Amino acid sequence: MLKIENLKVNYGGIEAVKGISFEVDEGSIVTLIGANGAGKSTTLRTIAGLVKPASGTVSFMDEDITNKKANEIVAKGITLVPEGRRVFPDLTVIENLRVGAYLRKDDLTEDIKWVYSLFPRLEERSWQAAGTLSGGEQQMLAVGRALMSRPKLMMMDEPSLGLAPLVVKGIFDIIKEINKQGVTILLIEQNANMALHTADMGYVLETGRITLSGPGKELLKDEAVKKAYLGK
Amino acid sequence: MNKKKKNLINVAVLIALLAIVLIFSYFLPSSSMLFVVLKKGAIYSLIAVSMNLLNGFTGLFSLGQAGFMLIGAYTYAIFTIPLAAREQVYQYFNGGIIHFTVPVIVALILAGLAAAIFAFLIGLPVLRLKSDYLAIATLGFAEIIRAIFQWNALGPVTNGSNMLKMFPSFDSIIKDLNKAPFFENLFISSPWIENFLITMLPILLSGICIAVIVMLINSSYGRAFKAIRDDEIAAEAMGINLARHKMISFCTSAFFAGIGGAMLAMFQATIQASAFKSGMTYEILLIVVLGGIGSITGSCIGSFLFIAASEWWLRGLDSGKFLGIDAPGIFRNGFRLVVFSVIIMCVVLFWRKGIMGDKEFDIERIIQWFKNVPVRFRKMIKWFKNFGKKKGEVSGNE
Repeated sequence: MLKIENLKVNYGGIEAVKGISFEVDEGSIVTLIGANGAGKSTTLRTIAGLVKPASGTVSFMDEDITNKKANEIVAKGITLVPEGRRVFPDLTVIENLRVGAYLRKDDLTEDIKWVYSLFPRLEERSWQAAGTLSGGEQQMLAVGRALMSRPKLMMMDEPSLGLAPLVVKGIFDIIKEINKQGVTILLIEQNANMALHTADMGYVLETGRITLSGPGKELLKDEAVKKAYLGK
Repeated sequence: MNKKKKNLINVAVLIALLAIVLIFSYFLPSSSMLFVVLKKGAIYSLIAVSMNLLNGFTGLFSLGQAGFMLIGAYTYAIFTIPLAAREQVYQYFNGGIIHFTVPVIVALILAGLAAAIFAFLIGLPVLRLKSDYLAIATLGFAEIIRAIFQWNALGPVTNGSNMLKMFPSFDSIIKDLNKAPFFENLFISSPWIENFLITMLPILLSGICIAVIVMLINSSYGRAFKAIRDDEIAAEAMGINLARHKMISFCTSAFFAGIGGAMLAMFQATIQASAFKSGMTYEILLIVVLGGIGSITGSCIGSFLFIAASEWWLRGLDSGKFLGIDAPGIFRNGFRLVVFSVIIMCVVLFWRKGIMGDKEFDIERIIQWFKNVPVRFRKMIKWFKNFGKKKGEVSGNE
């Protein structure tokens, strides 16, 4: 579905991503794990069209989207749940959801119902300013907002960041649920344990290069991964 | 209270205000300052709301409002000065080079369009900047516009640094209407109704324009503006085209500032480019901040209060007699500004987010506010008691 070939990205004068290639199959959950500064976020931001790559190609559904603008990419069905949630604090929950569907001109009632059925907590807070929600609720809202564009591929940048372990578990349950309903997921995480347990396929990113790849369950058993990311 | 009831109450409040204006125009002489404040306040409301659209709702800190007002005012004046008067107005430029006029309404729309076109051209380079840099750049452009309009080489069009006059003003429009065959013998001919209509004309025009801005803000475009204000990166990730939406907001703001400028010209009956200094932009910024950044009704309330205080209520401080106290030694030229500054500082101290914050006028909240007056009063006393003490000594401050 999504195919990255030899992608290189310069970010603030540094080569943050040094030629990586990977694929995301339709209907799967794929995760990129790696330490801070490995280039995970840059990769996602490049796919989303927020950053321009130096070279390489990004193709989605057999179509080259390498230098497309962010709004064109959203229209194609790729959406990003940005790092640190980034909900719109002064807008209400429902306004946040509506902004998520900004490029769609059709009726949103069904989708709002769907998001509320995934996150009943958001329905209770419908008219509250998003900035007043708790961290976990904001993460739910960020995911719900991304779903409002009816994505084929949802990219998530560190959904577990700064959340309590129990909340993280809830978020990952929801990720699996969304995946079951037909949305392909590309996830980047520092919480490697959680991410690899959830993912069908995993890639390990180190200083801008992919050093390891394989099904999530296998990577969990890999000695190098255990040592570097799981602390075992 | 449900939405329908709230709307009813809001309409009732508006009608009550209209009735009050009607009653006052019957009892007060047409020269009363009240009417000046109502007219100028309405015009400044529109301009403040247009600035709020940009600064409060889109998060673009722009200080170009005076420039756009100038373009609007001049466009209006240039296209409406009667042909017979051109020889006199453009006395140094052989009657100018424009030899046609357009109806007032068309001229108003042209004024907005001219400002919006300039905004588009300025916006292409300037909107790439952020925060303070955008403010500096727009302020600079506003000054450049002023200098260009005063340039002698453009005299045949702009009359150089000379005054433009004799174009239709609020007074002359209503008075001409009164002389028109259809209205001649109708009830309008009594002077107090005439004064009422002259007062209502700018209020009506501003009201229509503000209603359009409110509709824009409540549309999906408005949501996109607010999203950009809250978080540009997230907005872009949601598929909002940043450059396009910033441009829409910038041009719309300029459009209505242009109309506001034209209305200011209609109010003053004469205009001169040298009046549209950056000080004018600061006045409007002050209104926006006092009223509440991100509140339409706040901007309106703020502008009426601002105009009333600066033009009317505090006038006595400059002329020797204030609230019946005769003290020509203290109350002389310039003292008004001192008092005014102190009042503004107090407002900002007690209402940090402006009078309305980012909320809109709401009858329920007002009732609540009055219920909370004793609590506020106690808080204020406490604040004064603690004033000047060190942090550790402050007792029970929130």
